[in-house]
Amino acid sequence: MRDVAIIGVGLQKWGELWEKSFRDLFVEAALNALAETKVDKLDHMYIGCMSGGLFVGQEHIGAIMADYLGQRYLGATRVESACASGGAALRAGFIDVASGMSDIVLVGGVEKMTDVSGDGATYALATAADQEYEVYNGATFPGLYALMARAYMEKFGATRDQLSAVPVKNHENGLNNPNAQYQMKISVDDVNKSVMVADPLRILDCSPITDGAAALILCPLEMAKKLSDKPAIKIIGSAMASDTIALHDRRDFTTLDAVKMSSMAALKMAGKAVHDVNVTEVHDCFSIAEIIVSESLGFFACGKGAAAAANGETRIDGKFPINPSGGLKSKGHPVGATGVAQAIEITYQLRGEAGKRQVKNARVGMTQNMGGSGGSSVVHVMEVA
Amino acid sequence: MMFPARYHREMPHRYRMEASKCKKCGAVYFPHRLICRECKGREFETITLSERGKLLSYTVIHTPASQFKDIAPYALGILETKEGAKLTAQIVDLPYEEIRTGMELQIEFRRVQTDGHEGVLAYGYKLVPVM
Repeated sequence: MRDVAIIGVGLQKWGELWEKSFRDLFVEAALNALAETKVDKLDHMYIGCMSGGLFVGQEHIGAIMADYLGQRYLGATRVESACASGGAALRAGFIDVASGMSDIVLVGGVEKMTDVSGDGATYALATAADQEYEVYNGATFPGLYALMARAYMEKFGATRDQLSAVPVKNHENGLNNPNAQYQMKISVDDVNKSVMVADPLRILDCSPITDGAAALILCPLEMAKKLSDKPAIKIIGSAMASDTIALHDRRDFTTLDAVKMSSMAALKMAGKAVHDVNVTEVHDCFSIAEIIVSESLGFFACGKGAAAAANGETRIDGKFPINPSGGLKSKGHPVGATGVAQAIEITYQLRGEAGKRQVKNARVGMTQNMGGSGGSSVVHVMEVA
Repeated sequence: MMFPARYHREMPHRYRMEASKCKKCGAVYFPHRLICRECKGREFETITLSERGKLLSYTVIHTPASQFKDIAPYALGILETKEGAKLTAQIVDLPYEEIRTGMELQIEFRRVQTDGHEGVLAYGYKLVPVM
């Protein structure tokens, strides 16, 4: 297996981008990534997209994006694993380069979520849950995470304020991210008093509906210096795990086994322990998600994640910095693009290019991208080459 | 959109609470499966789930999918039957403030969705207080 490096990354400012089309979003991010490299020919493209069919009525996404990027005759594949589509696309690209099948691979992620109504977006997102035995009976995504939140709060005595500490911290980080959808400070009181969505989760516990794309360029590490002047970021661990799609089938609603299994495998491949990781981007689609994920990754013991968040242990200057980008909460959550953007933030952090949100002395970084209510999880570990 | 075939094939579970019990290890599945997650067994017997179970968690949904707009806010919970099957269902006929994790609830046959004025009426199970 060959060593694989990230040599270029590209994003745009995320948000409600009504003037930009689905295909323009992707191409803009891809061109930004290519601009960081001297690459003139791609061997393959992998594009994370959860639901082009429901959000914009477009499938066959690999070919259309290759065409609009001015590429022809290369393999171009759409990768789908609900909100973990971007992470899964990165893993597909990593495997392609590591195996020697391809040299230069573009990994992208894209979602255009605001061309449909709020009802349309709720419907499209709910397809990542069990349609016949959860959604049929009235479950929504915030509803499923609310079931987890209540179980967690009752089992461990976590408080409303502790939950609120997560979005407050992520919005604080997002203030320093020029690409974030919501660059605004919020308080614990703001979260606690925001509109109820699914008790106990309020609107400021939830990540938003977002248009956006992200792209990065992979190549064998040995070619990295020739193809880019940027410091090469080596992917040293990659793993994916699944779990029951229906939340009610899990053995425990307060842990995420797919996260545990994927992080253990990725760290083992990387030859690292979780405490070797200096900076992490995790899937905070809801406040409770970041708390449970931080425990399932091994940063905190079961039931301790909420207090750790409230005590500042996950801040940029804390013991285990989590989501310096602002996370899904502040940066936005264009579902198919999120996993790729997480790897881009870790790339900025490891290159030392994260500006005011830079984690000091970041040498090893990790991403965790989740599909559905934890039915899938993808983890990557990266370090400066 | 509720198409009749899609709705019809789930009737044994939604109407009659039929579940599958693995003949090899005894694991119970609701709805049925073709292979046991625990032991990979492929032979099952059909059982009917108990009418009562314990509430494991719940929420009150204020922002629903469009087909549930008329009944929002509504409570939704996860119930475990004594056979060990777990299911997600709405909790009705009970004020929200009286819902508690761990309480015993009863499964009842109710209308779940209505697909417009002339579409399929979709039935299934909801959770109600024990009578």
